[in-house]
Amino acid sequence: MKPAPFEYVAPRGVEDVLALLERYGEEAKLLAGGQSLMPMLGMRLHRPGVLIDLNRVEGLGGIRREDGWLRVGAMTRHAEVERSEMVREAAPLLFRAVPLIGHPAIRNRGTLGGSLAHNHPASELPAVAAALEARIHVQGPSGGRTLSPPEFFTSYLSTALEEKDLVTGVSFPVLGEGWRSSFLEFSRRVGDFALVGVAVLARLEKGVCREARIALTGVGGVPVRASGAEGLLQGAALSPEAMERAASAVQEEVEPLSDFHGSSDYRRHLCGVLTRRALAEVAGRDEE
Amino acid sequence: MRTLKPKRHLRVRLRVNGQEMKREVEARKSLADFLREDLRLTGTHVGCEQGVCGACTVLVEGAPVRSCLMLAVQAEGFSVETVEGLAPPEGPLHPIQEAFHRHHALQCGFCTPGILMTLKAALSEERERSREEIRELLSGNVCRCTGYHHIVDAVEEAARLLRQGAEVGP
Repeated sequence: MKPAPFEYVAPRGVEDVLALLERYGEEAKLLAGGQSLMPMLGMRLHRPGVLIDLNRVEGLGGIRREDGWLRVGAMTRHAEVERSEMVREAAPLLFRAVPLIGHPAIRNRGTLGGSLAHNHPASELPAVAAALEARIHVQGPSGGRTLSPPEFFTSYLSTALEEKDLVTGVSFPVLGEGWRSSFLEFSRRVGDFALVGVAVLARLEKGVCREARIALTGVGGVPVRASGAEGLLQGAALSPEAMERAASAVQEEVEPLSDFHGSSDYRRHLCGVLTRRALAEVAGRDEE
Repeated sequence: MRTLKPKRHLRVRLRVNGQEMKREVEARKSLADFLREDLRLTGTHVGCEQGVCGACTVLVEGAPVRSCLMLAVQAEGFSVETVEGLAPPEGPLHPIQEAFHRHHALQCGFCTPGILMTLKAALSEERERSREEIRELLSGNVCRCTGYHHIVDAVEEAARLLRQGAEVGP
């Protein structure tokens, strides 16, 4: 099927976007990379009267370091993040996750802001944002605000974004010394949506885990932080036993749904396996 | 100052296989449908229309994209390369096409243009790839006929030829 007819506009500035959203609000949709929205328009899951194209807007791009933050514009393509030396150094977890998004052709168009705003339940970036405790910057009718991942990701394919809001960028904290990261996902074929994915961050001191963060995708409508498992790891030596305990704790904390692609039990099993492997990777990296 | 009036129809100007094109088009028309219907370049194929199968892959500003997920109007001012641009009608074939022919790397040919364009972009990087890496490179293009073995063979040969400086068309 093809999209229902719509009116199209390609503004050049953020102010123009906000003015258009103010004017057309309810009947407008924002077009970022289009890799999620275009299929939905084609299937007529959305029938906006007005499509506001963000791809010519100045001021929504760029990757830069600012104090202890990595600031990434909302319209930054995944392919750009994938190639960025700055991201590799400042946010290795993000750098590890992005190449797993779809395929290169998808990554040439898909954007950071678009992916977060879409909040697909099996996508990588919401889990990365949750693990890194990123700040998501939004401009709206009443001005700018910044949201944490739990504030931003509300439900299955839903976020705290209102009709007239625009994601302008994301700030990732640069974690610094001692932090190691791993992102692992399982899918039946390369490039498919993950059945489940795990983002692991751990600050290690001589093999002892001082702080851990474990965020999962594919286990619900929003990325899930396995706080129980995180607590177990805090202060513990990152031994195989500790990793096993953490993996079991993760399995108990998640409540994945069954669907066409996998049963709840299978997803739960994968969570344990991936958590263990990600922790092993993190422990291995500490020895480099 | 540009007007910010949303429109159902727009004029689009773009460069396709080196040629300037100007057309009026419905905003909702995909780049894939525009290439096929408006420009009669039917080498680009439409499979899933969801970005998964890769049959619609073309190069926009040298980078592979799913033309089914891009609006024609979004290509304003850009250069687009399709499979038709790989070789002139009278030949010779592009080295990648030659290699595909020699290795019987296509059967029905539906996926082939998308694979060729994906490869044109990837093989412009001069580095050796293992068969494993080639398979990963191809993972965004679904082929139901060949089982991929001959495609991997063809890519190995094409990569080697291109690294050795084989002649590439216009």
